[in-house]
Amino acid sequence: MMQDMAKFRGYRRAEPGTQPNHLQPAYVSSIKRAPAKPLVYLPHTLSETTGPSFNSSAIDAKASDLTRQGQGEPLGERIIVSGRVLDEDSRSVALTLIEIWQANAAGRYRHNGDQHNAPLDPNFEGSGHTLTDEHGNFRFMTIRPGAYPWRNHYNAWRPAHIHFSVLGPAFATRLITQMYFPGDALLPFDPIFNCTGDEKARNRLISLFDWETTVCEQALGYRFDIVLSGRDSTPWEK
Amino acid sequence: MSLQATTSQTVGPYFQIGLSRFYIDDLTGPGIFGDVIEIVGRVFDGDGQPVPDGVIEIWQADAAGKYVHPEFLQESENIQATDGQAEEQRRGQSAFRGFGRVSTQADGSFRFKTIKPGRVAAPDGTLQAPHIAVSVFARGLLRRLVTRIYFPDEESNVEDFALKLVEAGRRHTLIAKKLSDGRLEWNVVLQGAEETIFFEC
Ligand SMILES: [Fe+3]
Repeated sequence: MMQDMAKFRGYRRAEPGTQPNHLQPAYVSSIKRAPAKPLVYLPHTLSETTGPSFNSSAIDAKASDLTRQGQGEPLGERIIVSGRVLDEDSRSVALTLIEIWQANAAGRYRHNGDQHNAPLDPNFEGSGHTLTDEHGNFRFMTIRPGAYPWRNHYNAWRPAHIHFSVLGPAFATRLITQMYFPGDALLPFDPIFNCTGDEKARNRLISLFDWETTVCEQALGYRFDIVLSGRDSTPWEK
Repeated sequence: MSLQATTSQTVGPYFQIGLSRFYIDDLTGPGIFGDVIEIVGRVFDGDGQPVPDGVIEIWQADAAGKYVHPEFLQESENIQATDGQAEEQRRGQSAFRGFGRVSTQADGSFRFKTIKPGRVAAPDGTLQAPHIAVSVFARGLLRRLVTRIYFPDEESNVEDFALKLVEAGRRHTLIAKKLSDGRLEWNVVLQGAEETIFFEC
């Protein structure tokens, strides 16, 4: 075991600029919540290279279809959001838990804290989950969420988005992010979307319209691939 | 490297909708071996105000220092159960999942019931002190914050791989305090003089 440890490999760290800084003055909520002291670099240990997982028995097979959670069908534009979870070396991340949540077509969340005076939809809960398949693929049926106002600054509106949570293969790869839609006029004005300095990295949060997964007379397809940190190529050195 | 990891975004204020299905505040249960512990704490912002809309996730080894994960299974296949207690530990390990997730309450508080983890190896071949890996998510946090919970009265803390990376004057932010009723208290201060140690992970 000691010999194995001497060859221990962690996960790669983000390229500079591809992840947001904690403090983003334009995003007002970060001002009192971002750490002010420098983070302490932690070489990965078994505590970071292992991580939680769920068996398929914990998964509700119906939870990947957000349009079938009420008595009737939710209002809005039906969409299929599919993609693949992979690592930076293009290896599939199989059987990992993805959870999503979103506003309804009118831009309202089913949440007590959401006081936006847009209507709730009795047929839309706005949450789903699934496991990726053995190739890392996932697929959700849902409705396109609406934009919604928030109080960050005068006339602030969030571009349409779906929140994504992915466990990944290890504690080190845990990711929560948001998926946006192509051509959304609100994107240039959104401090959350724009918090990432690297423009290419930022734009990878925008899903792609996809004819391949669009279903005739049923739903438009959007593709959103999620990339998790890859494994270090060089072992940890004493 | 051909690809770059996807950019993190805040969990926002409405995560309850999406994340509550897999809230787990009690990691104990039948067949799970180890000392049962209760960890309570609160999350505070830079003004000392409670954070009522945070998510805390924990990940930990079982009482024998084993993680329920493929990287560990290979190793544990080589470990033979030699007596009754080892066999009990082996079985206990299979029931223990090691993962917890809760949201904070209106007063910023959270609570987990779990077992005290065993020691696991560090990359330098030493054994780490017992600890729990923690992720903190909240509105206002564009990336998760990573920290650890250590245990009071643990002699192994002084030689721990991660604690040694932390300046001595701030190590106490990672070590839970024992309350008079036996529970462990561990708070998260996001910003300020008593700021919790957060790791770049
Ligand atoms: Fe949102």
